[in-house]
Amino acid sequence: MSARDQVLGAIRRALAVTGEEPSRRKIVADRLADHPCGVIPARGQLLPAARLALFQKRVELVAGTVARVATAEDVPAAVAAYLRADGLPPAVRRGADPRLGAMPWEREPSLAVAVGASAGDDLVGVSHAVAAVAETGTLVLLSGPDNPTTLNFLPDHHLVVVDAATVAGDLETVLSRLRDTWGQGGGPGGLPRNVHLITGPSRTADIEQTLILGAHGPRRLHVILVGEP
Amino acid sequence: MTRAATSDTFADNARHALADPALQGALAFVETNFPARRRAVVDALPEFEALRDSARDIKAHTLAHLDLYLEAWEARVTEQGGQVHYAPTAADANRIVLDICRAAGARTVSKGKSMVGEEIGINEHLEQHGIVPVETDLGEYIIQIRGEMPSHIIMPAVHLNRHQVAADFRRVHADLPKDRDLDSAAALLNEARATLRRTFLSADVGITGANFLVAETGSSVIVTNEGNGDLTCTLPRVHIVLASIEKLVPTLEDMAQLVRVLARSATAQEMSVYTTITTGPRRAADPDGPHEYHVVIVDNGRSAMLAGEFRDMLRCIRCGACLNHCPVYHAVGGHAYGFVYPGPMGAVLTPSLIGVDRAGALPEASTFCGRCEEVCPVRIPLPRLMRFWRDRAFAQHLPSPVSRAALAAWGFLAARPWLYRGVTGLGTRLLARLGRVRGRFAWLPLAGGFTATRDLAAPQGATFQQQWRQRAASGPERPRPRTVPSGNPHGRGSEPLVAEPRAAPAPAADRPSGRPRPVAVGEPERPRGPEARP
Ligand code: SF4
Repeated sequence: MSARDQVLGAIRRALAVTGEEPSRRKIVADRLADHPCGVIPARGQLLPAARLALFQKRVELVAGTVARVATAEDVPAAVAAYLRADGLPPAVRRGADPRLGAMPWEREPSLAVAVGASAGDDLVGVSHAVAAVAETGTLVLLSGPDNPTTLNFLPDHHLVVVDAATVAGDLETVLSRLRDTWGQGGGPGGLPRNVHLITGPSRTADIEQTLILGAHGPRRLHVILVGEP
Repeated sequence: MTRAATSDTFADNARHALADPALQGALAFVETNFPARRRAVVDALPEFEALRDSARDIKAHTLAHLDLYLEAWEARVTEQGGQVHYAPTAADANRIVLDICRAAGARTVSKGKSMVGEEIGINEHLEQHGIVPVETDLGEYIIQIRGEMPSHIIMPAVHLNRHQVAADFRRVHADLPKDRDLDSAAALLNEARATLRRTFLSADVGITGANFLVAETGSSVIVTNEGNGDLTCTLPRVHIVLASIEKLVPTLEDMAQLVRVLARSATAQEMSVYTTITTGPRRAADPDGPHEYHVVIVDNGRSAMLAGEFRDMLRCIRCGACLNHCPVYHAVGGHAYGFVYPGPMGAVLTPSLIGVDRAGALPEASTFCGRCEEVCPVRIPLPRLMRFWRDRAFAQHLPSPVSRAALAAWGFLAARPWLYRGVTGLGTRLLARLGRVRGRFAWLPLAGGFTATRDLAAPQGATFQQQWRQRAASGPERPRPRTVPSGNPHGRGSEPLVAEPRAAPAPAADRPSGRPRPVAVGEPERPRGPEARP
């Protein structure tokens, strides 16, 4: 007997089922197809302006920072301003995301912008989130050439651009949008390798329960929120 | 082989723990720190209790259909280019992981935190076969270089103070300058961060656990704060996920519900920093990520638990809240339990994994105060399950003849209420008279174990049943039974006999060496809310 049959057989014996029962199979198929929502906290269920304000507040509560700009054209200047304020060298690395690519980086002539995954020697990474969650101040990023995962974790400073229109009240709204884009249950393409839900900069409290920011990931998380609701 | 355990010497382990001042200093902080912080974050979410119900129901539903969800999940993983390996036992899991590592030509393996990895002893297994596993979670790294088991399922090194950690770093990082300053937690973190960066970048295989497996998408989900888990599963060429069968949930929405209760219960955060949903290996166009994605799905005793009363235990999401609220854990810490799962959840789970004959002392080590059940995010009836283990141990004649005889005598009386009332009434009056002068006993026959470390308060004259009858008769309102009086979270004082410590423990400030500092330092200029403290 294969290990697979052994494990599934043991589970079925314990549950006193065969796995063939039509009623059980239907319950499972329905649940996977309908993916019902459970309890959604009221906190994030707000009109757009209040939702953005909540998002900003939640990011700040988890030790992130937020800059708001009117349009995507203003992002390079906001990036340069962050670097100046922190006394960082004028160099960043970003992914191939077309939204980032379309931004007027040439308006910041002293800023060096590298494109591609990080090998661990970049101080500042710039990513574009696919969405965000106001309830918890969470950013949602997808792996891939547009926003390589290494940029989220290796640089000391992670700058994340978020389009205000994509800030949802709750996580379930974002997950169901992802499902619509990537296909039911993974669909033909399936989800990207990683969906990252990021809430604040990296931290640890493993030594004497003392909170320290910047464990293995970024020490700082800076959100650039683009546009009005 | 499941990892070696010392649960059978619990009583000795506990005695040592009680006499260890550094450990007691660390534990005092768990006791004061965690319950209050969890309370605050729970109070900030009006829907929390409803979310607990939802979380319990999701896990119960999944367990009742586990065979079908496993099949659905497996089909998705395979579709997305991942590989699923079934491991009926710990030995199977170890062998599978070793085979994958060998096929990858691995010499160094980076590891994210995995409790099932601790359970099966994967590190020892790899080491025995010439592969170097390096834990990358800061707490796990610390206990790995000390050769210890985790003492907590969320904070593995919670039993240590920073001076102990500094000494270990000086011993292990021998190539660094001798006179470097390792006095602060931040300095220790920076050293570990720099050391482990090299491991991340050079490891051939990364092994992580999984907080959830999502059937709908074939994904594994890890929930972390440090970012080490993500580096572990992104930088090496091969990613192995070690997960036990009860990690399954049906859909992404179900995961979202569980994530809400997990972070609040585990670390009093609204949301952990990194919740990462991983599906398959890197895609063709991806510039980073592993080329292979394997999931080793471990049974190791779980399927047997599905059959009976212990199915409830399989709802556990390993949040650690029951440890943080347990007076026994606060007193003896995690290592006394002798296995990787301590506290109330360990007292139920460990006998299932290594046998009640070896771990029978763990479910005995409970006051049944019920705090664990009160805080468990998936509402596992932990005291009831411990009681089941006590029953089984009794049925297997495991307790000593003396305690069996005492229990039998008590059972005889309890089944004959008139005799019970007579005997207890007599005993109470006798003790009340004998203890009239001092109000307490420093020693009593048959109670030497109790009075060795504290006095037994003398009864006030009437038994509980007598007092109860009087109250019921006197007031128009019947007194309502309560298990835990408000304002007295330990339930002490709810019984007619009150134990009092012979000497009050030294106030925390006077405790010897290395008391943890209750401050959160980091970058003080940053705004920080209650949930910003992991
Ligand atoms: S038993 Fe409940 S409280 Fe304890 S770790 Fe498991 S889920 Fe958390």
